[in-house]
This record gives sequence, structure tokens and C-alpha cells, in this order.
Amino acid sequence: MLATLLIVFREVIEAGLIVGIVLAATKGVPQRNLWVGYGVAAGVAGACLVAAFASEIGELFQGSGQELFNAGILLLAVSMLTWHNVWMASHGRAMAQEMRQVGAAVVAGRRPLAALSVVCGVAVLREGSEVVLFLYGIAVSGGTSAGMMAGGVLGLFAGASVSALMYLGLLTIPAQYLFSVTSGLITLLAAGLAAQAVASLQQGGYVEFLTSTVWDTSWLLSDNSVLGRLLHTLVGYTDRPSGAQLLVYLVTITVIVGLTRLKRPLVVPTKQSSRYPIPVLPGD
Amino acid sequence: MRCKHLRPAVLLLITCAYFSSTTFAGAQTAIDVTIKNHRFTPSEIHVPAGKPAVLNIKNEDATAEEFDSSALKIEKVIGGGNEGTVRLRPLDPGRYPFMGEYHSDMAQGVVIAE
Repeated sequence: MLATLLIVFREVIEAGLIVGIVLAATKGVPQRNLWVGYGVAAGVAGACLVAAFASEIGELFQGSGQELFNAGILLLAVSMLTWHNVWMASHGRAMAQEMRQVGAAVVAGRRPLAALSVVCGVAVLREGSEVVLFLYGIAVSGGTSAGMMAGGVLGLFAGASVSALMYLGLLTIPAQYLFSVTSGLITLLAAGLAAQAVASLQQGGYVEFLTSTVWDTSWLLSDNSVLGRLLHTLVGYTDRPSGAQLLVYLVTITVIVGLTRLKRPLVVPTKQSSRYPIPVLPGD
Repeated sequence: MRCKHLRPAVLLLITCAYFSSTTFAGAQTAIDVTIKNHRFTPSEIHVPAGKPAVLNIKNEDATAEEFDSSALKIEKVIGGGNEGTVRLRPLDPGRYPFMGEYHSDMAQGVVIAE
């Protein structure tokens, strides 16, 4: 039972933390629950599909289908997270301005919720397919003891609880800092996912440079420990990173921060007088 | 503007494609491994250090197993009754434990590079 609990807990927490960050980043945005819900539901459906066709996917590309598939969906998530941060940087200030004019609801509704919905879907799909395969295995092998199923359910609740705690923790951050914090988290999350994608491509034999391990901190904080897993998901920690993983991690952060800077409006309007006065129509 | 956002991802893919063309030029060690009753045979796998190797893993159980090793940096699901290929990067001499994540109490093994 404990083994089942731990496996389900680990997978649920990886997806749950990502959903938690997305929920915190979209706090107060109308319809965000709907979009996140769509993403999670699609992710669950996708997880079942991927589990059902795991062998078929694996056989593609000379046995490297699984690695390519994983890398593909990870990179999809990375590009969506990048898009979100850059979009927010270029529209964030304009939004704050407009909010006073047209009302927060309308403006905030334009945020790239679809992108974040995809991110939730990918997170659930990736981790969920392993849970489905694992639980299916238990069910089929006839070892369907009540204890194992109970372990699975407990693992699900434990993972969801830790994710909910992190979400609630993020919400205690004062509103004016929350956006900066979630943007930072999303940047690190994207970098971590990009590094995972590289690991997957290296495993499939598609990336054959900088494969050696740069450092080994498994004695200090193992990837398999709970804290290691948490940090793995949140900031991309891994106890034995390869050179290529490290490189891509840093490049991803640089690209996101660079694009965000580039897209940020140069003019900083002051509170009292905007450099863009509201146009006065002839009829007024 | 959108294209700009996609640029890093596209660049990465191109880089990957470029490097993949140089993949598997030389002959390498290939080792057959079987999973049966949630155990690996052989459970101790010897590979030459400093050279890439391939494990052809055949899962003779009805259910899926995940070949998992943080030391080897590999996580690979192998469906019930299916085969999977695990590529090992050139390893420094040493012991690299692995396990079947779905049955970690029984499915244990180690790769020894020497």
C-alpha cells in the first residue's frame, strides 16, 4: 500500500504544483477555473489515451517514440509558459491602465488563458499516464488488494493537498508582489521543463553532446526524495544534470527574461499624469 | 510577434535534428534484458566504461513496467509483452543502480561500467 501511495503521490504532486502555480498566476481572472478545468480534464483524458497506446507510441521512431513524445509535449509547455510571461510583460502595464477605464473583468479576460490551459493539460497528461499505467497494472495482475487501491486514493489526496497548500501559500503574498513571484516561478518552471525535455532527447539518442554529468548532489538531495521531487518540479532541480541540461536551463531563463525585457513598454506612465492622455473625441 | 516566441523552441529542435544525424555511427554494446515476474534478468549488467551501450529490454509480464534510474538518468515505460530500447550514455567506471518503478520491491538491478 505504501509503495502505491508514494508512486501516486509523486506523480500527482508534479502535476499539482504546476496547476497550483497557474492558478496563483491567474488569481482574480474571470473564467480561469473553467480554463484550468478544461486543461486538467483534457490532461486526464489524454493520460488515459497515452497509457492505452503506450506500446504503440514507444515503437515509433525506432523505439524512441516515447522520448520524442515526452520532449515534444514538454517543449509545448515551455513555449506556452514563455508566451504567457512575455504577453504579461507587454500587456501588464497597459492592462493596469485600462482597468480603471473599462473595468478589470474585460481586460483581464484577454489574458492568454488558453496557453496556461495547455500547460495544465500537458502536466496532467505526462504524470497522469504513468499513474494510469501503474494502477492498471495493479488491477490487471489480480493483486487488486483493497490496500493498494486505498494507497492510490490516499496518494491522490496527499498530492492534491500539498499542491493546494502551495497554492494557498502563494495567495498569502500581497497582491502587488504576487504577479512578480508567479512570473519568476513560471520562468523557473519553464527552464526546468526545458531541461527535462533535453534529458528525454538525450535518452532517445537525439542529443549527443554534453551528455556527461556536471555534478552529483544525490548524496545531499536525491531526485527520489520528496523534497528533491518538489524542487525538481518547481525549479528544475536534478541531482545529476548533464551539461546540455544545464545549458538549456540557463538559455531558457535568459530567453524568457530577455524577451520579457524587450516587450516591456519603455515608457513608464506615472500615476498622476499618463504620457498617453485619453483621447478627447470631437463630440465631447 | 508570435513567431518570435516560438523561435527558441524551433532553434532547439533544429539543433537537436542536427546532432541526431551524427547518432549511432559506431558499433556499440547491445545487451538483452528480460523482465519476468517483475524481476530483471540479468539484474547485474556489465558494460564497457566510456562507451555508449544499448539495453534491449523485453517485458514478458502482462503489465507495464517503468525502467527507472536516476543514476543513469533514464525513465522508460515498457508495456506489458513489449520491448523497449534503453540507450546508455558513455559511463564513467562505477555502479549505476536501476529499478522497475512499478514494482520497486522486486525489480532491482545494477549496471556496472568497467
